[in-house]
Amino acid sequence: MLIEFVIGALKAIVIVFLALSLAGVLLWFERKGAALIQDRIGANRAAVLGVGRRLGLPNLGLVNTLMADPLKLFTKEDFVPEGADHFLHGLAPFLALFPILITFAVVPMGDTLRIGSRTINLQASHLDVAALYVLAAIGIGVYGLALGGWASNNRWSLLGGIRASAQMISYELALGLAFLSVVVTYGTLDLQQICQIQGGVWFGWLPRWGILVQPVSFLLLLTAGMAESKRVPFDVPEAESELVAGYFTEYSGGKQAVFMMTDFAEVVLAAVLVTLFFFGGWQVPWLYHDGFHFPGPHGAFLQLPNYAVAILQIGSFWAKTVLFCAFQILVRWTLPRFRYDQLMQFGWKGLVPVGLLNLIVTALVVVLVGAKY
Amino acid sequence: MPLWLFSFLAVLAVISALGVILQRNPVHCLLGLAVNLLDIGVVFIGLGAVTVGFLQIIVYVGAIMVLFLFVIWLLNLQAEGFGGYLGVRFFGAVGAAALAAELAVMFWHAAPISRLVAAPTPPGSITSLGRSLFSDYLIAFEVTSVLLLTAIVGAIGLARRLPSSTDLAERSATGQTSLRSASSTIERREQIPGPIPARVDSGQGRDRRIA
Repeated sequence: MLIEFVIGALKAIVIVFLALSLAGVLLWFERKGAALIQDRIGANRAAVLGVGRRLGLPNLGLVNTLMADPLKLFTKEDFVPEGADHFLHGLAPFLALFPILITFAVVPMGDTLRIGSRTINLQASHLDVAALYVLAAIGIGVYGLALGGWASNNRWSLLGGIRASAQMISYELALGLAFLSVVVTYGTLDLQQICQIQGGVWFGWLPRWGILVQPVSFLLLLTAGMAESKRVPFDVPEAESELVAGYFTEYSGGKQAVFMMTDFAEVVLAAVLVTLFFFGGWQVPWLYHDGFHFPGPHGAFLQLPNYAVAILQIGSFWAKTVLFCAFQILVRWTLPRFRYDQLMQFGWKGLVPVGLLNLIVTALVVVLVGAKY
Repeated sequence: MPLWLFSFLAVLAVISALGVILQRNPVHCLLGLAVNLLDIGVVFIGLGAVTVGFLQIIVYVGAIMVLFLFVIWLLNLQAEGFGGYLGVRFFGAVGAAALAAELAVMFWHAAPISRLVAAPTPPGSITSLGRSLFSDYLIAFEVTSVLLLTAIVGAIGLARRLPSSTDLAERSATGQTSLRSASSTIERREQIPGPIPARVDSGQGRDRRIA
């Protein structure tokens, strides 16, 4: 009983810790990536006692991005503007971050890990309707931004809050349609089962990943997920050339850092969802529960113990996630910002009809061919 | 669902419901309602209706309450004291009394809580829900969807700006045919400011100074 509780708590802590750490590391990723794209050096200041320089190592800016900047933010004055709603102004950043963090509870990092006689499902919380849970949590995430904008008693903030909530609601529709197509394809709402279904091969060598049957849905989910994270090219809620900083104009210090963290956590969430639905989640090509079964006429087999399989699966899952995070950062520094009407038209007249059409085609194929993936 | 969890959620539901009617600021009232709906969704989930609970959260908390927030912002509703029209207050009081009487009757006839037994949860609730929606309740389901579609079309029809008779006359004069270009002309005409006489005056003033 106690052991079960400890295992459950450990799983929950590990997944949230990993997601938040990745969100933090993404900040460094973004700075160095932007520098690379713009032909600059990027963050290269600050070192702990100058150790790196004495050893002749290049300064990668890890210290000032991952240690100095958060320290600076969390020790700054926490400013609340005059006439602001103090309670909601303080609550809003956490209301934005919390729903995104709880979605990671249903994310499977691997299949099962056997320790002694105990079999551990590498998913913090097993839920039959996990996809619905994720949608519900993303839906609640709107409140933090809307209320943060409203409670600041500032026109820029209010406009940013209105834009943020309108944008997120509009793109949730496309997100929901992408989810529906995926769910109809796999015939389940359980994220762990969705990953398990994507195991195995087609034609003896091709991994059965969802991208091969649902490419349209993949593009929809990636686009809508990027729009949900409110970063360039979808950053009209905080467009600095129009609205100063949008809904977090009046935030400083730690609360502003929490808002920034929310954006990065949403980047991670979008990458995680894409990985789970279309790239097999924790699946490694040709890796089964007992080891590698390589394709080919002779069919080489490499036997692996259970813990090695679990480690490979967890590594595979996070590698794919980091890859899609990096892709989102690449897009963020490549495309210019949409105009507000373009953003709305793209969502309502572009993504939603495509999503509906995709859903209809998927449903037709599933009914005609039979509900076997 | 354990009793302590149910008690907690029940108390929270009552407090948030009181928050909806007792607070002055409309945004705070709305937050109370959102917390209340979220709470009821969690109660659904705890009682075994997992799918319905999550759908309630997605639809009501995630979409409809945000729409309410938009309406509050759009109408610029401010905190207000007690007051209003006498008729509204009269009918409000009558309605409240009727609801209170109904609640009292319900409590009077309800079985004691110790004898209540939770209904058995059907296995694979989303499967059974879909099955009954598309077999037993097919007609109700389809009629509801048609009703919603009608409401959407009606809302778009009301929101769409039709050109008035003067705009139509102008459109025939300029030779425009499509409705789209006509409406864009209206917008453009509203946006472009007219000539500013002050600028001409200042120019003359400068001339005089030079002279």
